[in-house]
Amino acid sequence: MAIDWQPSASLETLHERARLMAKVRAFFAQRDVLEVETPVLGQGGSTDVHLVSLHTLARTDKGQRRLWLQTSPEFHMKRLLAAGSGPIFQLARSFRDGEIGARHNIEFTMLEWYRPQFSLDQLIDETATLIMSLLPSFPGPLVHYRYRELFHTHLEVDPFTTSLDKLRSLAAERGQMSVKALASEGRETCLDLLMSMVIEPQLGKAELSVVVDYPANQAALARRHQDVDGEWVASRFELYLNGIELANGYDELTDAAEQRERFAADNAERRRLGLPEVDVDERLLAALEHGIPDGAGVALGIDRLIQLSLGKARLEDVLTFSTPNC
Amino acid sequence: MANYSTNEFKAGLKVMLDGDPCSIVENELVKPGKGQAFNRVKLRNLMTGRVGEKTFKSGDSLEGADVMDLEMEYLYNDGDMWHFMKTDGSFEQYAVEKKALGDSIKWLKEQVPYIITLWNDKAISVTPPNFIELEVVETDPGLKGDTAQGGSKPATLSSGAVVRVPLFINQGEVLKIDTRSGDYVSRA
Repeated sequence: MAIDWQPSASLETLHERARLMAKVRAFFAQRDVLEVETPVLGQGGSTDVHLVSLHTLARTDKGQRRLWLQTSPEFHMKRLLAAGSGPIFQLARSFRDGEIGARHNIEFTMLEWYRPQFSLDQLIDETATLIMSLLPSFPGPLVHYRYRELFHTHLEVDPFTTSLDKLRSLAAERGQMSVKALASEGRETCLDLLMSMVIEPQLGKAELSVVVDYPANQAALARRHQDVDGEWVASRFELYLNGIELANGYDELTDAAEQRERFAADNAERRRLGLPEVDVDERLLAALEHGIPDGAGVALGIDRLIQLSLGKARLEDVLTFSTPNC
Repeated sequence: MANYSTNEFKAGLKVMLDGDPCSIVENELVKPGKGQAFNRVKLRNLMTGRVGEKTFKSGDSLEGADVMDLEMEYLYNDGDMWHFMKTDGSFEQYAVEKKALGDSIKWLKEQVPYIITLWNDKAISVTPPNFIELEVVETDPGLKGDTAQGGSKPATLSSGAVVRVPLFINQGEVLKIDTRSGDYVSRA
């Protein structure tokens, strides 16, 4: 069989991609947000239980060290914030092992930016403005939803109070997963399944949908707060267009002690699940201890946005060489 | 059999699901912004031919199914079983039940090679070649000179299949038929 050496994207698409990337840079230049470049490799990695990190061995000044390929540029960028950088953005190569599909590629480009002193709402507006400026036509208005409200509307259950048994049977029925496989799963898996399989495909139709007030255990590196119903929720948002998740933003957690606890809890959960532990980023924790400004940050899958903007069916249609073709 | 994890699921991989052998048609990664990843998998049940969708947690695995596709010639039926012989020169024969033949029963012709799907060495389905040549054993007399006009009539073929054919076709003629659609293609 002949070896396929050709690019995944057409050359015409690569010209379009370059044009959109230039627009992104112009958008931030106009707003005085500094472009930065941080390392792909780090001595700490993401402990997120649902992300699989790649790592490599390098000969460093301290001898052979395991270095982690970053799943997003978050840790390094927060260290810049702690150093007083002010607002910053980056188009960063990021790596998530095993993620290949119509909307995923192991190596991808993350557009990530941080806005000291911004509220989550201010950042939602800025993210929506950027997305709209990169689309060929108006996608429809920005519409807000609460996570809880989406479950009420689409599934007639409450993500916080409905019994686990009921969520499991609903997840089996609507998510087409076997009852047996779900029997040992907790609330989070049921909610993730229903969100991904039932709700997300309905979002971003003739509008830009923004979802807020996620369950507190999905906070990752965001703060938590009590919502209007008194439930503890994560201070983060996700933006959807055409059923595709484009961006994930946080009101950033700045408390070093809480961050350390969350990393430790992730690694404890990893041990319980038999997953490899990830080296905690001590430099990030030291930077948080020094202090970073309150503010909001967001990560946007720029490959996906380019895919949507150009009307392409698969992510690889906008990548020079997708992972299966690299 | 070996176990296969969701990231090894590829079109054509044969796996066991709920006791039946299945062939994977499509596998798509689905992941919320934060949280558990899933694989949405389209599978064809090889016993029933039905295609269904199933969701798995990424990283879960299924047992592989011992399924093989072999080319075999049709020999004869004894009223109970249908007999086929491997075309690899081994002369090895397999008896196939009526249930496994399914719709292919109407496209059987001696000495024609078929694809027989075996599960644990037992035939579970039979796929005819895309095109097959069969003789018309019964149809209304052909209309002379009517070679251009549209219009069709039923014709019974030597295998028992009934297909729509042009009006000019006569009994005893051999026709080329597309077995996937059951459509007349041309005179052989």
